Amino acid sequence: MAEYKYTPADFKSDQIVKWCPGCGDHAILNAVQRALPEVAEKLGIPHNKFTFVSGIGCSSRFIYYMKIFGFHTIHGRANAVATGIKVANPDLSVWVCSGDGDSLAIGGNHFIHAIRRNIDLNMILFNNEIYGLTKGQYSPTTKLGKITKTSPFGTVEKPFNPGELVIGAKGTFFARTIDMEVMLTKDCLVAAAEHKGMAVVEALVNCVIFNDKTHALFAGDKATRTENTITLRHGEKMLFGKDNQKGLVFENMRLKVVTIGEDGYTLDDVLTHDAHTEDTTLHSMLAAMKYPEYPVAVGVIRDVKDAQIYDEKVEEQVKEVQATSKIKCVDDLLRSGETWEIE
Amino acid sequence: MGNLNVKELKDVVIRFSGDSGDGMQLTGTLFSNTSALKGNGISTFPDYPAEIRAPQGTVAGVSGFQVHIGNSEVTNPGDYCDALIAMNPAALKANRKWLKKDATVILDGDTLTEENIKKAGFSTLDPIAELGLEGYNVVIPEITTMTKAALADMGLDNKSVGKCKNMFALGICFYIFNQPEDYAKRYIDTKFAKKNPAIAEANKRAIDAGYNYAANTHQFANTYKVDAANLEKGTYRSINGNVATAWGLCAASEKAGLPLFCGSYPITPATVILEELAKRKDLGVKTVQAEDEIAGICTSIGAAYAGNFAVTTTSGPGLSLKSEAMGLAVMAELPLVVVDVQRGGPSTGLPTKTEQSDLMQALYGRNGECPMVVVAASSPSDCFHYAFMASKIAMEHMTPVILLTDGFIANGSEPWKVPSMKDYPQINPPIVERVEDGEFMPYKRNEKLARGWAFPGKEGLEHRIGGLEKDHLKGSISYDPANHQEMTRTRAEKVARVADVLPKPEIMGESNADVLVVGWGGTRGHLQSAVSDLQQEGKSIALLHLNYLNPLPHGVKELLQGHKHIVVCELNEGQAAAYLRQNFQEFTFEQYNKTEGQPFTVVELKEKFNSLL
Repeated sequence: MAEYKYTPADFKSDQIVKWCPGCGDHAILNAVQRALPEVAEKLGIPHNKFTFVSGIGCSSRFIYYMKIFGFHTIHGRANAVATGIKVANPDLSVWVCSGDGDSLAIGGNHFIHAIRRNIDLNMILFNNEIYGLTKGQYSPTTKLGKITKTSPFGTVEKPFNPGELVIGAKGTFFARTIDMEVMLTKDCLVAAAEHKGMAVVEALVNCVIFNDKTHALFAGDKATRTENTITLRHGEKMLFGKDNQKGLVFENMRLKVVTIGEDGYTLDDVLTHDAHTEDTTLHSMLAAMKYPEYPVAVGVIRDVKDAQIYDEKVEEQVKEVQATSKIKCVDDLLRSGETWEIE
Repeated sequence: MGNLNVKELKDVVIRFSGDSGDGMQLTGTLFSNTSALKGNGISTFPDYPAEIRAPQGTVAGVSGFQVHIGNSEVTNPGDYCDALIAMNPAALKANRKWLKKDATVILDGDTLTEENIKKAGFSTLDPIAELGLEGYNVVIPEITTMTKAALADMGLDNKSVGKCKNMFALGICFYIFNQPEDYAKRYIDTKFAKKNPAIAEANKRAIDAGYNYAANTHQFANTYKVDAANLEKGTYRSINGNVATAWGLCAASEKAGLPLFCGSYPITPATVILEELAKRKDLGVKTVQAEDEIAGICTSIGAAYAGNFAVTTTSGPGLSLKSEAMGLAVMAELPLVVVDVQRGGPSTGLPTKTEQSDLMQALYGRNGECPMVVVAASSPSDCFHYAFMASKIAMEHMTPVILLTDGFIANGSEPWKVPSMKDYPQINPPIVERVEDGEFMPYKRNEKLARGWAFPGKEGLEHRIGGLEKDHLKGSISYDPANHQEMTRTRAEKVARVADVLPKPEIMGESNADVLVVGWGGTRGHLQSAVSDLQQEGKSIALLHLNYLNPLPHGVKELLQGHKHIVVCELNEGQAAAYLRQNFQEFTFEQYNKTEGQPFTVVELKEKFNSLL
């Protein structure tokens, strides 16, 4: 494998970043520019093979700020365009940048079908629970009852939890991160790149203008995050809180938060995270955990090996048929089957 | 047995008609392929309902297949039929209007039950009298009974036996029209013999039984013969418009040296193109059956960006759904062929019927100033040529192209002299391999105004494009007013310059005719027949048939000059007429329009033209 060594600067374009000061997207950009050199080195991918595709919305401007091949498409369709790119040239490392409105509302269909096909894309789903670029309307992830410009008396519709949606569609990879946790984001992105098949990384980002502090109750500052989120790592105990004194146990078919040493719970009772199990039950429960009843799960929640990778299968089938078919060129095709001669 | 009174005919039109489940499409196809193999000129027209199995025995459930065979080139499937094979009273009723004055009608007598007659909506129990068929050569053999008898010793169940009665009818037709049985039998063998030898045997026996019945009965006083056509030497095959389209796209992919990608979604009557391309993995074709029409075009746009030759296929409603994405292809200036097999509209309209009513949508149906090249094919086999040309234009001019076909030419088939790929030109897209000097400028253009096509993965060509207005060179976002003006005009001029490479249109007939007929797309066969019939009668009439709609080729204006009347004939309410008025305000364009979901008939066209002459 060839060696590729880059620095974050190699992925910075000459365009001025135009997101609002304080927007969570800046931190994701930073994490991506740190992740790509690591991905390039680990997986042997040269700079010119990174291709980013986005839809419409604040987060979709992402591609202009990266020095890579980038395609800023139309609202909701990034996953469909990216599917075409990956099938056309499976050799590329294809990344999708999209928001909660872009991928869960107008592009919902493409989102679930990209997951169903398990095509080898890496998707960053920027979730700020609001339409930012159109200036503050509620999105499919906006909390129930939230007052926005199009819900002046509060929303009356329940939001999606993207993780549940991914796992429900039998997604093979789901990770969640928080804008301020740049290293965690970077690790999730590298894991997504290493995963063969569709990988979705949900980035909880803050929209400082239209939905400020929407994630703040559990993600507002370092101390809050320590107490109210749990970072999952494959093979490690599900522990969180200051000094890792709290953990998750499985009781009565439900997850439960316990404190080690209290009510008779010991470290042995605490679950060990298995991101690689095909079974979706626990992954789904972990992805569904909501503050304040539970800590919010971050890190790689699900990372399952599945040989059924769409772009690879398409390629394989073409090669199989080509190996056995008598039709090698269009002239062969035109003369195949029933023909007759006029003398 | 022996065909005693054989009458020679110049051409003959036969219509096979029955319930959707009666196998009429197969029966008609076998008859037309037999004729094609024999060297007749042929043209076919399947006419079937949108429902897969509409209520049995009703007029709504009638499926038909018309074959026109001739001793010279046949340009259309014929208006009215010389022979109608009706498998039940409903089929008879549905097709009454298509009978020629002295036509032969063969009706399965076993189906003349009170129940069937009522189901077909007759008000009396005598369909023959009610339809005024006295004086026609009506033969009512008991096809079901005779088929059963012929297969009695085979131990097949009733259902399987029932399914052979179309072959009995085919056998009758082979006798009447002096056609050999061997092709149909061979077909049955290849289709069924391995899986179910008994069924193959039963079908072949039914053909023989029908043939023998017709030979032995005295109800067919005459049989008919249509000699082989004097066709150009070469290898021929029968082809329908959808398969020809798919193959034309494959040919373009080969000539461009780029893999073919098709993202598409099933829709009548375009689906066969996707089905055919899905088979063409042998030629390296990749197909994605997308989750919807939008994903169909968007995956193709992605593939075009990545450096494949990308196409998407659809019909009217699907074209509506693809509009926004077509705008992206225009803005990103990527090559893409969008095939629209037009059907009756608006909305779901008449999915299985033909129409030319998507022209305005193809020309203008997008937001913003959004010009696209529009090309239309005009016969089943020339779908190959126009699919190739649409692809060549798309790739060499870096623009999306809409290829319009329609349900009539898509499903219709005709014999086709197979071309040799060495006679087709190379396709040379402006692919960028490396940066010449300094920074790569994705929107730098050549003399065609085509920008360079830089595939992701190529070193040093990293760049960003998208649907936002772009700087005229760098491709980065630009809100500069002067830049947007320049880009808008450049995109229009790029499409306009395609006219420089289009063949000069030709007129069939004189340049100062009393009537100039103008048509476009799939109506060519009927228009040609009507105009040439009238020319042979000595009438002053000419035809200008267009295949390139946007841009119009150079020279159209000159061809429009000098005629007393110009009449634009199309299967819509005047879309090309309006378009021509907009382009050529100095002429008066009369119109002849039809939106019945059916092609023109030569008879009605001649009537119209005679009224102007």
